[in-house]
Amino acid sequence: MEMLRDANWVLSVGTFLPLAGVVLLLGVPKANEQMIKMVALLTSIATLAVGIFTLTKFDFDKAGSMQFVAEHEWIPLIKSSYLIGLDGISLPLYILSMVITLLVVIYSLNHVPDPGNPKAFFILMLVLQTGMAGTFIAQDLILFFVFFELVLLPMYFMIGVWGGENRQYASLKFFLYTMFGSALMLVAFLALFFKTGAESFSIPFLIENGGAIARNVQIWIFAGMFIGFAVKVPMFPFHTWLPDAHTQAPTQGSVILAAILLKLGTYGFVRIAIPILPEAAKAWAPYIGGLAVVGIIYGSLGCLAQTDMKRLIAFSSVAHMGFVMLGISTLTSFGMTAAMFGMVAHGLITGMLFFIAGSIKERYHTLEIKRLGGLLKQLPHLGWILGLCSMASLGLPGLAGFWGEFPAILSAYSPAPGLNETLFRVYMVIAAIGTVFAAAYLLWLYQRVAFGEPKPEFAGAAHGHGDHSHGDDHALEDVNKYEWISWTPLLIAIIVFGLMPNLLFKIIDPAVQGVLTGFKG
Amino acid sequence: MLTTVLTALSNAATPWVNPTVDFHALAPEMVLAAGLCVVLLADLFLDESRKWVLSSLAGFSLLVAILPVLTLGLSDVNVRSMFDGRYVVDNFSIVMKAMFLIAGYVVVLLSSSHVEEGEYWRGEYYFLLLSSILGMVMMASARDLVSIFVALEFLSIPAYMLAAWRKRDIKSNEAGIKYFLLGVFASAVMLYGMSLLYGAANSTLLIDLGKSITVNGGLSALHALGVVFVVVGFAFKVSAVPFHTWAPDTYEGAPSPITAFLSVASKAAGFIALVTLLFVAFPEASSVWQPFIWVLSALTMTVGNVVALRQTNVVRMIAYSSVSQGGFVLMPLAVAGMAGVGDSALRAVVVYLLIYAATNLGMFAVIIAVSRKTRSGAVSSFGGLFSYAPGLGALATIFLASLAGIPPLGGWIGKFAAFQTLISAGTGWAYGLALIGAVNSVIAFGYYGNMMREIWMKPAPHGDVTPIRTPGSLALALGITGVATLVLGVLPGIAMHFGDIARITGAFGG
Repeated sequence: MEMLRDANWVLSVGTFLPLAGVVLLLGVPKANEQMIKMVALLTSIATLAVGIFTLTKFDFDKAGSMQFVAEHEWIPLIKSSYLIGLDGISLPLYILSMVITLLVVIYSLNHVPDPGNPKAFFILMLVLQTGMAGTFIAQDLILFFVFFELVLLPMYFMIGVWGGENRQYASLKFFLYTMFGSALMLVAFLALFFKTGAESFSIPFLIENGGAIARNVQIWIFAGMFIGFAVKVPMFPFHTWLPDAHTQAPTQGSVILAAILLKLGTYGFVRIAIPILPEAAKAWAPYIGGLAVVGIIYGSLGCLAQTDMKRLIAFSSVAHMGFVMLGISTLTSFGMTAAMFGMVAHGLITGMLFFIAGSIKERYHTLEIKRLGGLLKQLPHLGWILGLCSMASLGLPGLAGFWGEFPAILSAYSPAPGLNETLFRVYMVIAAIGTVFAAAYLLWLYQRVAFGEPKPEFAGAAHGHGDHSHGDDHALEDVNKYEWISWTPLLIAIIVFGLMPNLLFKIIDPAVQGVLTGFKG
Repeated sequence: MLTTVLTALSNAATPWVNPTVDFHALAPEMVLAAGLCVVLLADLFLDESRKWVLSSLAGFSLLVAILPVLTLGLSDVNVRSMFDGRYVVDNFSIVMKAMFLIAGYVVVLLSSSHVEEGEYWRGEYYFLLLSSILGMVMMASARDLVSIFVALEFLSIPAYMLAAWRKRDIKSNEAGIKYFLLGVFASAVMLYGMSLLYGAANSTLLIDLGKSITVNGGLSALHALGVVFVVVGFAFKVSAVPFHTWAPDTYEGAPSPITAFLSVASKAAGFIALVTLLFVAFPEASSVWQPFIWVLSALTMTVGNVVALRQTNVVRMIAYSSVSQGGFVLMPLAVAGMAGVGDSALRAVVVYLLIYAATNLGMFAVIIAVSRKTRSGAVSSFGGLFSYAPGLGALATIFLASLAGIPPLGGWIGKFAAFQTLISAGTGWAYGLALIGAVNSVIAFGYYGNMMREIWMKPAPHGDVTPIRTPGSLALALGITGVATLVLGVLPGIAMHFGDIARITGAFGG
């Protein structure tokens, strides 16, 4: 693989800039909330500015090769180095993480959840950003592992401190599941290291040499990685932490979780597990595909059974990540490109849905679907935005969700040579049925929440009296300034990528070709 | 008659030759010995209001003792062997000596406010503490059964007394007596093993023991018994399951700084003696001790973890956690006898001990700081710590996360090195132990996470949110350990480097 080393400082700066913000924040007194918010905002703006600079410097004609590659000595004794780089697979996710963090910071300017303490909240958010960005640029397994784990503690505290009623249970469950996965993943990384001659942890090196490992050993190593990544995705049957974590997390946490953290798992498959262990990937692909379609159907049925809006969106993530994993399991460039697109689209759309859920919760103090209703009448802007995002989520052509889902299903028609064609076509049919369910649960949700008349308990809310006796909200306010600022970029992106999917496809595709070189020979 | 016997005896004995003494190599020990005498004498002549000088004197002598360790580390002579190789100053011992001295200094920092306020016998306290540290520093160099045993008793006997230092507290008495009885029992078992080995090798020098096992072609039953008894003796010292029963009671009853000292320094001393024996004396007996240590390691981490999950007292919880951490230190030793694995196993043990020392001492510093206010040892007394003392709360989180092995905090590289050693061995047994270790590191988060939950997510008990006043010495201890934990985690190359240069002279393959 070609390595371009121009301007290779940008990635390190972009990744560690949030930590500089953390250091600044540590110096600001806790009481000075304005100052804290300002520092957090400026840090995330600066980070995104570096990200945009990276975009301008990125050579789109060579999206398939690693760019901005930097290498420094880190832990020479275990042959692990600080090796970073960016290609067409990681670029969209890297930038997305910066965008989402900025938007979440903007949203938090007037939405710091109980029990307050914005200083700690923003510090955790910025640490989280470093971990996410770092995972996408790491080209060394140990570095990847460190960044991958770095996101755990901040998210644990974000859910556990600022979350809903059942937050402590949810946060611990989230942590234990992920940690279990990553412990096995680390063992798998080490096994990989020794089986390739104990020479290097660098991903490009392992891609070159991993294919030579005996097939049955590959299968075992892949198993370790599979559990690590599948917990994070999450794939059925490792998904049970997700509904709890999402439901209990504060809005900001849910958005980051849905938009970025889940992608760490799928990204791991595409970047590490599949290219390094092609034989094992072939052996595992039918099972991954099978679990993916089970996830699609199970997630959709789960959605239909939910009474809580946030929990419903969480289950829809299980279904959507099922489509992504189905695309990946075909081991074709078509399927993987679709999967990568699906990851970005799901990040935008589901992130947006969680924002909306947070705002509804803030206004109505409940997310119970049967207590909601008439959103379009009461808060028309919010209602329309929810409509747009539901349509995007169910995969309406012209919006971003379509381009992740439809090609992923289509790709299962002709999986990579060597995979059982009939089996994958069965998967294709099941996944197609899944889209019908998706339409059903999303439209039903929209119908119950947005159509009709507002429920009596909230009908008078606009005049200052209602069931919720909190004195702070005298009137239900439609989408406010902070929400508009943080949501508009996402809404624009959903529409733009829906109309011009090629903006992303042309970046992703060459890089995916590179990932799959191991399957051609 | 008598004269003839005496003459015959004196003729039979080899003529006395003055041993060459390398004073540079012995400088750390001599500084410490001088320091502890000064502390003892000063105590006699200082009146009560000025006894605080003693802690400064103790800390000062530890810092001065580090200087010769540094010059030894920088000198060109890599190995300084004395007394026919019974006392060796090599890179391994230099790294470990530095660790003991720094850990000892942190313990003095932890003690100073505690001892001031607790009406302890300060002079004797610091005297005994320094004696015990001197024993550890000697242990790092001991390469002979007798010098190992002397060093071991030198470090243990003061520790028995220190454990019972709160003499009007029945729990402290229990701590001391349990520690003493089981410690003496372990010494007896070990001595028995040593006598068997001496009988087989006709020498107490570790290298000679190693040779006798090789030369006789295969292991005799006598060797095997000796090896097992010695390993069991040290299993008591490092509180490996099922020889750990003294640890929780002793840790709970002893004064907190002493608990920190026992769980870090005393444990590390047990490990380095064990490692020296395994690498220098028993490399050829690995078929005896490898399976034995495999079982000890698996049991130690699992039982320690599972019992720790049920604890409601912070110190008991940390006590069981330190039992379980001991299992992780043993992990690489379970494959250390295999060809090509030895160096990596030694490195893993040293790295683990270095990082564990920094992290666990830090955790105890937090516990001492918090209990100064709450006067309670319950886990729930940490409730809401982050809300009213964010600095201490964040530090506690860093130490707990490091103990749990979460990157980028120190602990992960220790666990990583241990896993790396196991997987490089590549046998089914090694993989099995690695999996047990992986599962255990998840279980461990159950209680470390529970503690973090108290700190971050629970309200302060009785709504008492008065800020915590941390005395300067405690703050310094927190600073040293906190920085070490963070830096070793982000730049693990440093710890790995020290682990790598720490080769034992005369060790198998090294």
